[in-house]
Amino acid sequence: MKFNLKVWRQKNAKDQGKLVDYTIDNINADMSFLEMVDVLNDELVRKGEDPIAFDHDCREGICGMCSMYISGRAHGPQHAATTCQLYMRSFKDGDTIYVEPWRAKAFPVIKDLVTDRSAFDRIIAAGGFVSVNTGQAQDANALPVEKADAEKAMDAAACIGCGACVAACPNGAAMLFVSAKISQLALFPQGQPERNTRAINMVNQMDEEGFGNCTNIGACEAECPKEIKLTNIARMNRDYLAASLISE
Amino acid sequence: MTNSAIFKSSVGKKALMGVTGLFLITFLVIHCSINAMIFLNDGGETFKKWGSFMGTNPIIRTMEIVLVAGFLVHIVDGLLLWKQNRDARPVKYAMNSANANSTWYSRSMGLLGTLLLIFLVIHTAHFWIPNRMQQGLTHWHNEIDLYGKMLEVFQNPVIVAIYIFGCVSLFWHLLHGFKSAFQSLGLNHTKYNSAIGWAGTAFSIVVPAIFALMPVSIYLGWIK
Ligand code: SF4
Ligand code: FES
Repeated sequence: MKFNLKVWRQKNAKDQGKLVDYTIDNINADMSFLEMVDVLNDELVRKGEDPIAFDHDCREGICGMCSMYISGRAHGPQHAATTCQLYMRSFKDGDTIYVEPWRAKAFPVIKDLVTDRSAFDRIIAAGGFVSVNTGQAQDANALPVEKADAEKAMDAAACIGCGACVAACPNGAAMLFVSAKISQLALFPQGQPERNTRAINMVNQMDEEGFGNCTNIGACEAECPKEIKLTNIARMNRDYLAASLISE
Repeated sequence: MTNSAIFKSSVGKKALMGVTGLFLITFLVIHCSINAMIFLNDGGETFKKWGSFMGTNPIIRTMEIVLVAGFLVHIVDGLLLWKQNRDARPVKYAMNSANANSTWYSRSMGLLGTLLLIFLVIHTAHFWIPNRMQQGLTHWHNEIDLYGKMLEVFQNPVIVAIYIFGCVSLFWHLLHGFKSAFQSLGLNHTKYNSAIGWAGTAFSIVVPAIFALMPVSIYLGWIK
């Protein structure tokens, strides 16, 4: 297969950056999108050019590193998939494909397609944990959890922190991510003691990082590779509002 | 944490949009029901009775102050959200297929809200402001003939078109806003979501349609 690529190239955080055209041929339809970029980088290196910088790690949809805004969609056109899970057969031969970094004030570009997503780490550090020593595994029946709650918590815990929700949101809001991280603990008994302070601290940190405000557009849910639900955002809203009204 | 800090937060701001939005929705219900009295086609008799009750009852007039405040908070908060959200994405995508993941009207609440604000200015300049000016602070019963004024204003096809355009904007604004308000307040429940969605869609169609029918019926001479 043959493709015309328009890739965002930016030397560093200060550089203006621009879209650069590349043509690539002899691409196997069963290659992943990242493998296609590998082939392109190989060619660039052989020509003595600077290869395209991009984030990646697991290449199996679990680390959340492979952030690319492909032809106007976070992680490309495939539903519920990361870039490493996107295959070239999803495109037509001869397609022009745009490749851009995540765009958000809170995710500044470091180089080419690589953005600094440490804002997410700081949100987690603000409260996305349980601050007691868990010690030995307890007897399974010591802390009863209802099946439905366990399922919802596990669904929320599927979030891989990729930032596609922020990238797709016209407001650059991070609420789907933050609400997933709040929900995965709010639904378990271990999460109860710090439930209120967690909601307040994580939301405050999110706001401080310069993410936008949710207006319930729903692009995040549609683009999330792990199909995190908007119901998590409603739960976060509830927790935050209740917590702020009672806090001293 | 102080309670004023809530409304500076992202979650608080959207909750405020939701609360004021739902309040304005209750206003629409009352406004629409009373104005729909003109469809009785009784020379405005029933409409006038209810209209002057609304314009002269002290409780209603007190609520009117709350209503104006509700409008102002909704507008100011909305503009604030619009600005902050624009700033949160300083560099736009060269290629963005937004229609693949969301509806245009959910992304255009700021634009629709601005159109509604312009309409609100035109609309209040036609009826509410002249009426309150004539009443002043003390002559509450000295109201203008709102029914006659309607018959007069809606003879102009341009004004009728503006009103229809206003109602269409209201339809799209409500279609997202009604459901959105519940989500912002955390009222999202698998058991009730479909009912809220259904009610929201029905409301967004019915209320603006009844409103739009008023200038149209007068212009076409169905109501005299
Ligand atoms: S909520 Fe979904 S899109 Fe957002 S960071 Fe988590 S996995 Fe990625
Ligand atoms: S590289 Fe790990 S999710 Fe794509």
